[in-house]
Amino acid sequence: MAKTVEEVAEAMYNMIKDATGLKKLKATDLTKGIIEMFGDEVDKQICKDAIKQLVNSGRCVYTYFGGSFIELPHKEGAAND
Amino acid sequence: MAETKSQTPKLDELEKGRWPSFVKEIKTAAQKSPMAADLLGQLELSYNEKIGHWKHGGIVGVMGYGGGVIGRYSDVPDKFPNVSHFHTIRINQPAGWFYTSDALRKLCDIWERHGSGLTNMHGSTGDIIFLGTSTPHLEPIFSELTQAGFDLGGSGSDVRTPSCCVGPARCEWACYDTLALAYDLTMNYQDELHRPAFPYKFKFKMSGCPNDCVASIARADCSIIGTWRDSIQMDKDAVREYADRGMDIRSEVVDNCPAKCMDWDGKELHIDNSYCRRCMHCINIMPKALRPGKDRGAVVLLGSKAPIIEGALLSSVLMPFIKIEAPYRQIKDVIERIWDLWCEEGKNRERIGEFIQRVGLGNFLEAIDVEPVAEMVAHPRENPYVFYEEYFVEDEEEEKK
Ligand code: SF4
Ligand code: SF4
Repeated sequence: MAKTVEEVAEAMYNMIKDATGLKKLKATDLTKGIIEMFGDEVDKQICKDAIKQLVNSGRCVYTYFGGSFIELPHKEGAAND
Repeated sequence: MAETKSQTPKLDELEKGRWPSFVKEIKTAAQKSPMAADLLGQLELSYNEKIGHWKHGGIVGVMGYGGGVIGRYSDVPDKFPNVSHFHTIRINQPAGWFYTSDALRKLCDIWERHGSGLTNMHGSTGDIIFLGTSTPHLEPIFSELTQAGFDLGGSGSDVRTPSCCVGPARCEWACYDTLALAYDLTMNYQDELHRPAFPYKFKFKMSGCPNDCVASIARADCSIIGTWRDSIQMDKDAVREYADRGMDIRSEVVDNCPAKCMDWDGKELHIDNSYCRRCMHCINIMPKALRPGKDRGAVVLLGSKAPIIEGALLSSVLMPFIKIEAPYRQIKDVIERIWDLWCEEGKNRERIGEFIQRVGLGNFLEAIDVEPVAEMVAHPRENPYVFYEEYFVEDEEEEKK
């Protein structure tokens, strides 16, 4: 059965949380990971929508370190007060 | 008037001479802006120590967007507290960089309220660049910009703000409406522009003719350059007028034709248009006598980039000639197939040109469902990529007989 945007967003959120401190994930990593996890129950558009939902809600943020990544909001070492 | 905190003998050297000086401009801004004053101090320190004092990157942006703000912090905030945060903002420029004076005033007012007042009109990406603000000002700037009809541009691994030459708005050589295409791509790819989803950046640049005033062939992942496929339009009387006024048509025009497809017998100019490379040289030299042909469109090229991870690349031909007409489906369809493949198979920080080099042009074309054509060959007898399988099949069948 096709997954909802909310279900995909939740699975993505968990992937990002599990990878925190180990590996920074890009949108493409999340999309590939979700397609591997749910197979035919998802497509690229639903992954796009799920990322949009995570970022618009503030649960995740875009970061830039040479390329763009999606991470949990945090205060980084480089940021001045 | 805010006091300039630093003495800047090294920077002062850069004010000398007749050319414009960024130091002079920053000093002018420093009379009103403590941020600009501290910027001078930190720059002087960098010149003295021969080391940069900026830290880049991280989580800096506006809600929902992954591009448009480039985070920058000072690593000597105790010495220069006013540039402790000094983020850059990229703002999507209007196609062809046309503004009303009212729009420019609005931009400057917003920036004086929320940032250093220093701008770069325009950055090499084509965007309006606002240099230097702090994190708490980002959302207010964004909100005021959108109220004034502006939006942020691209940064990071996304579609960068599409940029184009002035095209038909001011230039008689434009072979298609660059402004309309730039605007359409910008509006159509808003998600791709603001929500980085690619292995790395992707730039569109559009030039109306092969003069390529936005240097798209050297700077864009996708260069769309105006051209024509019929014959150069010629006014023979105007050619003779150039000769009568002293132009040496043989040495200035004919001998510099890269295709060697022109001839001048002292009375008449002949062009073998089947060999013309559409380089614009002759047209630029004799603009009153020669014009691009009437059957106009564009060539779409892929893959140029400046040296970052790997060396520089120039774009190479993907579609030798297409008509450029709204809604531009032919360009969008192929670009979207390219993005799908690149997102699937591209490595982190691999530009599309590098990706094509890695997988091979033949495999790339097959995956995006584009037939190879002779114009894609950059140098004759040097293209090991494309195999015409049907010939092999024919050969094998011949051998079996
Ligand atoms: S690229 Fe060609 S059409 Fe565009 S401004 Fe330059 S000369 Fe004109
Ligand atoms: S456009 Fe360039 S290649 Fe064509 S005839 Fe003129 S000089 Fe030669």
